[in-house]
Order: sequence, then structure tokens, then C-alpha cells
Amino acid sequence: MNLIKMLTANDAVAYAVKLARVQVVAAYPITPQTASVEKISEFIENGELQAEFICVESEHSASSAVIGASACGVRTFTATSSQGLALMHEMLHWAAGTRVPIVMYVVNRALSAPWSIWCDHQDSLSQRDTGWMQFYAEDNQELLDTVLMNYKISEDKEVHLPSMVCADAFTLSHATTPVDIPSQREVDEFLPPYTPELTLDNIENPVTYVPTCSPTRPSSDWYMEYKYLQNESMAEALKKIKEVCREFKEKFGRFHGDLLEQYRCRDAEVVIMSMGSFAAQAKDVVDEMRDEGYPVGAVKLRTFRPFPVDDVRELATKTKAIAVVDRGLSFGHCGQAFMEVKSALYNSSHKPLVKGYTLGLGGRDIKTSDQRHVIEQTFKDLEKGFAAKESEWVSLRLEGPEK
Amino acid sequence: MRSLRDLPRSPVAKPDLAAIGVTGNWRTSRPVINKEDCQKCMICWMHCPDGLIKKNQEGFPEVNYEFCKGCGICANECPTKAIEMVEESEDEPHQNAYSK
Amino acid sequence: MIEVRWHGRGGQGAVVASRILALAAYQDGYKGVQAFPFFGMERRGAPVLAFTRVSKSDIRIRNQVYEPDVIVVLDPLLPKIVDVDRGLKPKGYIVLNSRQKPSEVKWAKNYKTATVDAISISKKLNLKVAGFQVFNTPMLGALARATKLVKIASVKKAILDYFGEKRGKTNSEAAEIAYENTFSSEGQE
Repeated sequence: MNLIKMLTANDAVAYAVKLARVQVVAAYPITPQTASVEKISEFIENGELQAEFICVESEHSASSAVIGASACGVRTFTATSSQGLALMHEMLHWAAGTRVPIVMYVVNRALSAPWSIWCDHQDSLSQRDTGWMQFYAEDNQELLDTVLMNYKISEDKEVHLPSMVCADAFTLSHATTPVDIPSQREVDEFLPPYTPELTLDNIENPVTYVPTCSPTRPSSDWYMEYKYLQNESMAEALKKIKEVCREFKEKFGRFHGDLLEQYRCRDAEVVIMSMGSFAAQAKDVVDEMRDEGYPVGAVKLRTFRPFPVDDVRELATKTKAIAVVDRGLSFGHCGQAFMEVKSALYNSSHKPLVKGYTLGLGGRDIKTSDQRHVIEQTFKDLEKGFAAKESEWVSLRLEGPEK
Repeated sequence: MRSLRDLPRSPVAKPDLAAIGVTGNWRTSRPVINKEDCQKCMICWMHCPDGLIKKNQEGFPEVNYEFCKGCGICANECPTKAIEMVEESEDEPHQNAYSK
Repeated sequence: MIEVRWHGRGGQGAVVASRILALAAYQDGYKGVQAFPFFGMERRGAPVLAFTRVSKSDIRIRNQVYEPDVIVVLDPLLPKIVDVDRGLKPKGYIVLNSRQKPSEVKWAKNYKTATVDAISISKKLNLKVAGFQVFNTPMLGALARATKLVKIASVKKAILDYFGEKRGKTNSEAAEIAYENTFSSEGQE
């Protein structure tokens, strides 16, 4: 039974949270996420979602509240963006270390300074070391579906890691498109209730989160081992993500890619890799250039953490060059996705040319002509056999307006 | 016209008249003062949130229509109701407010 | 793919109009629809933009609309202060809220122009939101008439779906009245 509504990404996430039967929501408003949490609070207010909404005074408190709630064995949700995500930083490490399966909606918005409310990926990418899984959606439908899938993945006994579902500010959060909303019955069949083994409030088996792991006392010296297990679960997640995406496809008939989504890459010489909504636009550019005879393909990097090393190595066997588009930058080195792709391929048997492109910071629009430029430039580098400039900035304003 | 190389090291903003444009373009009605009813109390001047009313040579308040957004607070506060909010129409352009 | 740009003032319902058009188009069988506002700070009265994209297939483009096929101007004073026809494709459509007839709109003579007096319609039906006269629903009717992009029946249904029965009734009436009273430079009246 298909219910199709015109929804923004913010609305779509609210519907997903309702369908997932989330039990505790604690979130602090921040443009451009606010409307999403407002919608969720409407659902709670009118009884469509039976959940506890905790009003908090900051994102730091929001993340703390959901960690506490999740530790007591309930399904939780929070949402934020940019400065708010940065404010949560300390608790992000905490959540991942505690292994609570929170799902968080992150609207990708640039970090200040200077002040910006517009899109780039720096906010979530700069949290890539915290231990949270990270997924980047290309459209509103994928966002709704990913929230549902992520509860299943995060709550899996072999995984038990929190995850971020990321969507571009304004391009997705405020853009209305048709979205298919699955029925509650179908979602219940796909996503069982959350039943963890360990909870904070079990009187029969009292535990506290977390121990102090001192390297000076052998009985507590387990910090490194906990971290080893945490990372092992990230590796396990790579498999689970593929499994759950497959299951979702069988049940709901939709597949958005799992770790990577490859578009026309089979006989491509140059592949453009992007994250977020412009990964969709890249496909239009690929189609146009294919019609002109360019052997080009597009890849959507959907799962950033855990990083799909094997899938990227497999992609490398098919292509001669990978142009990695980053909407973020690790100052002092290069774009984050670019860095990760290069490092994944260093020990690989197939080493195509890999080039980085910085685009779209602070909401700078990414035009099809910009993406075309990325591909054309990479072809030129490929012809020479090497990239004279290892990475490039595109659509940088060297001159200002005439005013 | 600024170029990349003209930007200061730290991103700063300086006070600048009409920095976000000529806001008089935003209004759909404008305050018109009736001199006969006006008692020159300057309560309107005191309440204008953008500080756009000044006292002219005769002592009457004068509105700067270049930036007046038509919020209507002056008309609302006037004790003698000497200020009327007149709708801007297609046929009569905004006075002093249509510099493109 | 058809790209429509809506020109309005903050508070006049340009964003709502862009969404209702998307809904109407989807119901008319256009598989791909997208509606989004200009991503800037908004303030009541300040010029704002909204966009609708309509296509027979899924829309993957996400950049801003630079060369619209149609522009709809909700407020008659806007053309004096904003270059509403910037980027409009040659022979594009202009749908204007104005008391003037299309031939009287000098600056629009290179385009397919349509006008409707949405102010009167809005006042007659008392379409006000928080004290602000809104023109979005009549302009949707005018758009349907001038461009034939969507059927007026779909526009009316979309308005009812969006606002619900109560508010939707007057608004869909406004769209119908505007549809009947749109003057077009293409000769239809």
C-alpha cells in the first residue's frame, strides 16, 4: 500500500522516526534541522508516535540525554547540524564507546567561522574519528529508507554502534519531492523492537556505564581491548550494511546502493565520486558526457564510516582515474574523502590516478558545468599520466561581484 | 570590487549603509504624516526600530523612505493618529526607494 | 524539464505556491517534481524566490535554477526592484500579478506574458495570512491558464490537499477565478 507525499528531507526523517517507533527523542533546534524535530514533536503530541520528548538546553545535553536513554534499552533519536554537532563532540566519542545504537539525523551545514548556514560536509566529516557510522543520502527517499535501515544495522548484536544519517542542508532538508512512505505494518515486519542484553536499569544485573580503565591496574587495563572490539564491530558493520540493504530491497523494492553506488562504471576510464545530493546530479552529467563519447561513470560514496576499503579497491580495478569531490577539507592536508580513497588504494594491486577536487564549501552551488569540469580535467590528467596538481579548488571566486 | 587576495586575514564585517540592500523596497505600505494632526511630540522618532525618522527644520518628523520597511510601529504609537499607513500601489512608485 | 521561478515577498506564500505546483504536477502524471525556496535569510516583505522543477522522469539535478522557463511574480511592485526576468529563457513565460494588460507591460514584450489582477481577487475573497494579503493561490490559477503546464483541476485539488477543506475551499476558488481572468499576450483571454 503506497502512500506518496510531497516531503522535504526534514519531513521524511520525521516520518521515518515515527515508523521506527522511536521511544525517546531529545534534540535542540538549529537551522536547517529545526522543522524535522518540530514535525516529530507534532507526531508525539497528537499520539501518532508514542515517545518521550525531552526538551534540552543544548546539543551537548541532547546527546547526553539520548545516550542515557539508549543505555536503558530504548530506541532513541536525535538530530543536529554544524555548530550543534560540534557541540556534541565530546558525547559522540562517549556514545560510540558505550556502544549505544543511537541514530542521529545530521543536516550537513558549514561550520563557522565565517558564519554560514549553508551546505557543506565539514561538520560530519570532521567527526569521522568518533566511532559513529556515517551515511550520506542523495535524496529524500533515501533518507527515509536509511533511517529505517540504520536502526536495524546499529541495533544488530554484532554491531551496536551509533550512526549518523546525513543530508545536505537546503538542497535536501528544504526541498520538496515525492516520497513513498511505507506502512507501519511493513516497517514492523522489517524492524523488530530493540532488545539489548545489557541495560543500565536492570535490577537483576546491575551495571554502570562505564568503568575506568587504568593501565596501572591489570584488572581494569582493558581500554585498548574495548577499542579493538569497537573497531571490529565497525568491520562487522560493513557486512551488515550490505545485508540490511539487500533485505530492504526485497521487502520494500528500493535499493540506494549500500557502501558505494556505482553508476555506469563498468567500462569507465574516469569515475567521479561524490557524497550527498550532488551525487545524484553527477549521474546526469555522466549521461550527457557518455552521449558525447566519454567513458565516464559516477560513484556515490554512501557509507563513509566504516570506510568501504574493499569496495573502493574493487572500483579501482574497473577504472583508470577516480576524481573525488569533497565538500570539506582537512586543513593542512586535503579533502577527507580524497584522503580516505588514496589511503585505501595505497596497498592495492590496482592504483588508478586519484585526484581531489574541493567544491561547494559554505553552500557554494555545484553546477553541472562544475562537475563536468572535474571530469574533463581528470581526463586531461589521465592523458598526461599524472596530475600536475594533486588537488584543485573548483568555482573559487578569484574576483568579487561588480557592486 | 574585491578579489580573493583583497580579503582580510580574519573574516570581518564593517558597518555599512545599505549593506544588505535598500530595504525601502521591502515595504508594501508607507507611513504618511498629517502635519495638521501632528503635535511634534517625536514619539514616532523614539519608536522607529531602524532610526529612520528625523526632525526636520520645521520640527516635524520626516521619514527616510529609502530604508523604511513599513512596519507601522510609528503609526501605531502616534498619540494623535497623525500617521496613516498608505498602501504602495503599482501606479505610484515608492518615493526614494526604487533605486535599482 | 520545465523550471519555474516564483518571485514574492517573505510572507506572501511563494514557497507554498512552489510546493502546491509540484503536487499538482505530480498528480498530473509528472514523475519528477522538485520544489525548493531560495536558500537565504527571509524576512516579511523582503524579496524572496522559490522554485519548482517539473519533469516526466526523475529529477537528479540539485543546483539552483539559473535559466527558468517560466517566472511567476506574486507582487506587482517587485519588477520595479528586482530583475525578475533575469535568466529567463528566450520566449519564456511571465505570469504577472498586475492590473495592466500584457501589451502594457513594456519590459516583458520579448516573452509570453500573462497578467491577472490577483490583488482584487485576494481582497474580494479576504485571503490574508497574519494581516498580510496573499496572492499565491490565485497566481497558481493564472500559471495554469497561461502555460498549460498543469490542469486547473489539478491545481484546485492540490490546493485542497495542501490546506485541507476549510482553508482550501476559498483558496481553490481564488485559483479558479484567476484562471478565468488571466489575460495572455498569446491572444487568449
